[in-house]
Amino acid sequence: MTALLRIEGLRVEFGDGDAPLVAVDGAGLSVAPGEVVGLIGESGSGKSLTCRSVMRLVPRPGRIAAGEIEFDGRDVLAMSAQELRDFRAHDAGMIYQDPFSSLNPVYRIRDQIAETLRVNLGVGKADARAQAVELLDGVGIRDPERRALSYPHELSGGMRQRVMIALATASRPRLLLADEPTTALDVTTQAQILALLLRLRAERAMAVLLVSHDFGVIAQVCDRVVVMYAGHVVETGPLAALYTNAQHPYTRALLESVPELESAGRRTRRPGIAGVPPELTEVLPGCVFKPRCRHAQPGCEAISMALEPVSEGHETACPVRPFAGTGSAPTARAGAQR
Amino acid sequence: MSAVDVLGAPGPPPVETAAWRRRARGLRGLPLQAKIGAGILAFLVLVALLAPLIAPYGQNQLDFDNILSAPSPSHLFGTDSTGRDVFSRTLYALRVDLAIVVVVTYIPLPIGVLIGAMAGYFGGIVDSVVARVIDVMIAFPFFVLVIAVIAVVGPGVKGVLIGVPIVAWALYARLARSEMLVMREQPFMLATTALGYSRRRAILRHAVPNLMRPCLIYSTLDMVVNLLLLASLAYLGLGAQPPNAELGSIVADGQSTLLTAWWVATLPGLVVVLFGVGAGMLGDGLSDGRLRGGVQ
Repeated sequence: MTALLRIEGLRVEFGDGDAPLVAVDGAGLSVAPGEVVGLIGESGSGKSLTCRSVMRLVPRPGRIAAGEIEFDGRDVLAMSAQELRDFRAHDAGMIYQDPFSSLNPVYRIRDQIAETLRVNLGVGKADARAQAVELLDGVGIRDPERRALSYPHELSGGMRQRVMIALATASRPRLLLADEPTTALDVTTQAQILALLLRLRAERAMAVLLVSHDFGVIAQVCDRVVVMYAGHVVETGPLAALYTNAQHPYTRALLESVPELESAGRRTRRPGIAGVPPELTEVLPGCVFKPRCRHAQPGCEAISMALEPVSEGHETACPVRPFAGTGSAPTARAGAQR
Repeated sequence: MSAVDVLGAPGPPPVETAAWRRRARGLRGLPLQAKIGAGILAFLVLVALLAPLIAPYGQNQLDFDNILSAPSPSHLFGTDSTGRDVFSRTLYALRVDLAIVVVVTYIPLPIGVLIGAMAGYFGGIVDSVVARVIDVMIAFPFFVLVIAVIAVVGPGVKGVLIGVPIVAWALYARLARSEMLVMREQPFMLATTALGYSRRRAILRHAVPNLMRPCLIYSTLDMVVNLLLLASLAYLGLGAQPPNAELGSIVADGQSTLLTAWWVATLPGLVVVLFGVGAGMLGDGLSDGRLRGGVQ
């Protein structure tokens, strides 16, 4: 299947040209039409920057220094200002982590949604208002006629995130970039928002790039997973393959650190990952995970971090393959997905 | 309001009424301080507007039989050295002064907000240039500049009307710029870009309404500064020319008789103080409300 979104060799830098800090180094991923792809990693792994790069919304003073971003065959990085606005208005939508400040506090939510319909789709004023109420209904806001007249501060976090989703998907984009959309919400609301994303995906064949640091969230909704560490993609593959047959030591360590229901009451410690991710100023030769890796070997400092195929659609950046042939499920969770 | 019609008779109360009530509750919910301040300002504005109806005498009506008579029921603020009723003169002066203050405060405000918003939004070289210009404007002695303008255009209120806005926009631009630098990183501003809105729309429709609030709060203090400036210039004889009254010129007239007839200078002066207190309380109260109920 041809990809809807294809990122290759993405490099995001901060600072001056001589000694830039590299926040994303050679990241690549692809999203097929209608597919939900999870992008997981620790804080500072470059997952949000990768996501924002798609919209060319890297915060200053950061910049996209190299790489290719292709949406439906069009080169996003080469778009003119007008093409870019058009792309943002119609083809891709974006929602964020913080539903408390992602809506403009001075306007009613109906008017904010109606605005995007009027500006981006050219809908008339009265129509836009009516459609805004329908869209609110579509994202599961109860009593939408009344709620439409609310100001953002009158809504709960979960409702604001629903409104944000209605706003971002109002012009029916084919790709939704969701940057930790459930991180600021409690678990019940989180499940509802994820269910909403899945429903929208099903109704509209909309692809989703879901950024999260929570394997639980990823496991609930994603078809494929991309694991990032220190600016590099270290492993990518179908959800099941990653859960049952993770090949990169970092992915395994991440999975092992997730608590599972069966362990409740048993006093076994979840193994953490020793150490901390490298600072941006540290430039590590070879594998960036080597200092924290339990399976590090001589030679790890010389590898290229290029992804190598494991099986169909499953690639890893670890050439050592300490788990080759084991194939066993690393956590009980793997059996319990979806 | 088709949405309301669809809702039907039973069930929740009509939406518009609910929203209106919420709005009204919002006003009632203002801190007491702000309400008192607003009350004082409203009283002064009302009195100034109705000056021709309230004033018992003409502002330049001489009465040589009643020179420097003390405050009494017939002359609330007493009379000055030519027998003019100080109360009537104060009302007319207040009328002139408030009109000028409103103009020189609220003309520079939107200009400053717009310039500051653009500087903060675009950043880079635009921001550097605007920020330096603002610094220069604010560093320049305000009073001297206004007097210099008056020297060019001649005494009278024209100098103030031209001189003050030349500088005052910079205060609002500085405030709006610093707020914008923070707001620019807010997700809802990011969303305007992600939704493909034009920069013009992002600034005018989304940023400026949010910037207005701190600027309007600040403008209450600015009004006091401008009234004092106006009174000072009039006191120096650079304001409205005799025989027309300004608060500052009445005080200046009364200065020579201060020891024998304290009321001529003191009572109009107290009106200036009252305005300052009212505006200060309103501004304080509003900014308290902003911190408490606040927008993030």
